[in-house]
Amino acid sequence: MDTLIQYRQVLIDGTIVTVSLAVLSLILSIVFGLCGAFAQLSESVTFRRLGLLYTMFVRGVPELVLMMLIFFGGQLLINDMGRVTGLWGYVDVNQFFAGVLTLGFIFGAYMAETFRGAILAIPVGQIEAAKSVGMSPRQVFANVTWPQMVRYALPSFTNNWLVLVKATALVSVIGLHDLVWNAFSAGRSNHKLFTFMIAVLAIYLVITALSDLALRWVERKYNVGTRKA
Amino acid sequence: MEAERTFWEYLRDFSENQAPLDFVLVYDNLDKFFEGALVTLQLTFLALLIGGLMAIPMALARANKVSVLNPIIWCYTYAFRGTPLLVQTYLFYFGLGQFEAVRESFLWSPILSDPWWCVLIAFTLNTAAYTTEFLRGAIETTPRGEIEASVAAGMSPWLRTRLVVLPSAFRRALPAYSNEVIFTLHGSVIASTVTLQDLLGVGRWLNGRYYLAYEGFVTAMLFYMAIVLMITVAFKLAEKRYLKHLRPRESTEETAASATV
Repeated sequence: MDTLIQYRQVLIDGTIVTVSLAVLSLILSIVFGLCGAFAQLSESVTFRRLGLLYTMFVRGVPELVLMMLIFFGGQLLINDMGRVTGLWGYVDVNQFFAGVLTLGFIFGAYMAETFRGAILAIPVGQIEAAKSVGMSPRQVFANVTWPQMVRYALPSFTNNWLVLVKATALVSVIGLHDLVWNAFSAGRSNHKLFTFMIAVLAIYLVITALSDLALRWVERKYNVGTRKA
Repeated sequence: MEAERTFWEYLRDFSENQAPLDFVLVYDNLDKFFEGALVTLQLTFLALLIGGLMAIPMALARANKVSVLNPIIWCYTYAFRGTPLLVQTYLFYFGLGQFEAVRESFLWSPILSDPWWCVLIAFTLNTAAYTTEFLRGAIETTPRGEIEASVAAGMSPWLRTRLVVLPSAFRRALPAYSNEVIFTLHGSVIASTVTLQDLLGVGRWLNGRYYLAYEGFVTAMLFYMAIVLMITVAFKLAEKRYLKHLRPRESTEETAASATV
């Protein structure tokens, strides 16, 4: 316990990295997810196929493999592109960026499924009614689709967020100084890895428990005026 | 005069110098990838098997609200579902060595100092926690009437569980279980972080040895995609067989047409 208090700054720094990584990936995954959902629901066959391919691909490949491919391969690809086109010199892809990109891309596919289901749950008549009173597509989305989509999507969204938080631990493998990495190096130098790993588990539990509470509050807010069956 | 090159030499030269991926090198090391795939499949399968067997009594205890066990199992599943598998694996592989009592126990040299066993223990406990929770959900949604009917038929609680509750709960849990299998497979890459040569481990080894960026990862990725595809097909077949009664009825015209043919 004394060692943990002594190393509290390292743990706090790591937690900040982990949480900001998770939040940024979440934002990116919402963007990817909305694109994926609308692609799958669009009238164009090409977009529908692309959307399906996206979810199939992500389901088929483990997160860490994709992360390593983007981190190690992406670095080479960007530099090769820079050398061939002469537009930029040596670029160092940092782990944080690779982590956000990978996690955003992967969870975008899961979000796409969530959003697609939520959009399909909205009665078609409501969207037709909104169109018939002269709303533009943007107005339909902002006033009719979005508020109800959030309600339908929230339970599965909560689940995705919890899985995402846990997946952030993987960035320590590509060397980002997140909570796991910091605790691991501190524990290794002290020969107290068990203590530090237990501390990491506790911090993750606190994060997941807190976000569970927060999202339940959001769920109540968006479900005002509906009755449970 | 330049000697005529065989097609194989030409292919090797092309692969090394011009192709974006050195596919001949991958081909040369394909046996290593199959060995890695075996490690991956072994870990995934054993973890699912042992974890699944552990989950059944725990799910029954949770669903029947057995007084002392229920809160204990809840704590266990909450802790394992709320934390990353990577950290759980580190805890078992790196963490246990902190205690002298563990290092001196009879379990240390054959099991707890071996990464394979540590990974298997961590994966098993992890998948058992998830399986317990969704199996509990499936057991709790057993239609009331089925239980009443079996009570009325004079079945003992154990007979009722064995013949009525569990078979229908397994069927209801089948679609969720396919996700769990795929997630366990995805999680198994963590074995490569504790020095095991699973699929990703072989990919990392290849990249490190020949100083490459894509080949090992892309090959590992294709292997994983193939395995996931096989799992998906297997579950589709299982659902077709075991959830036959839930499929929407085929239209009468089609059945009539096929009957006349």
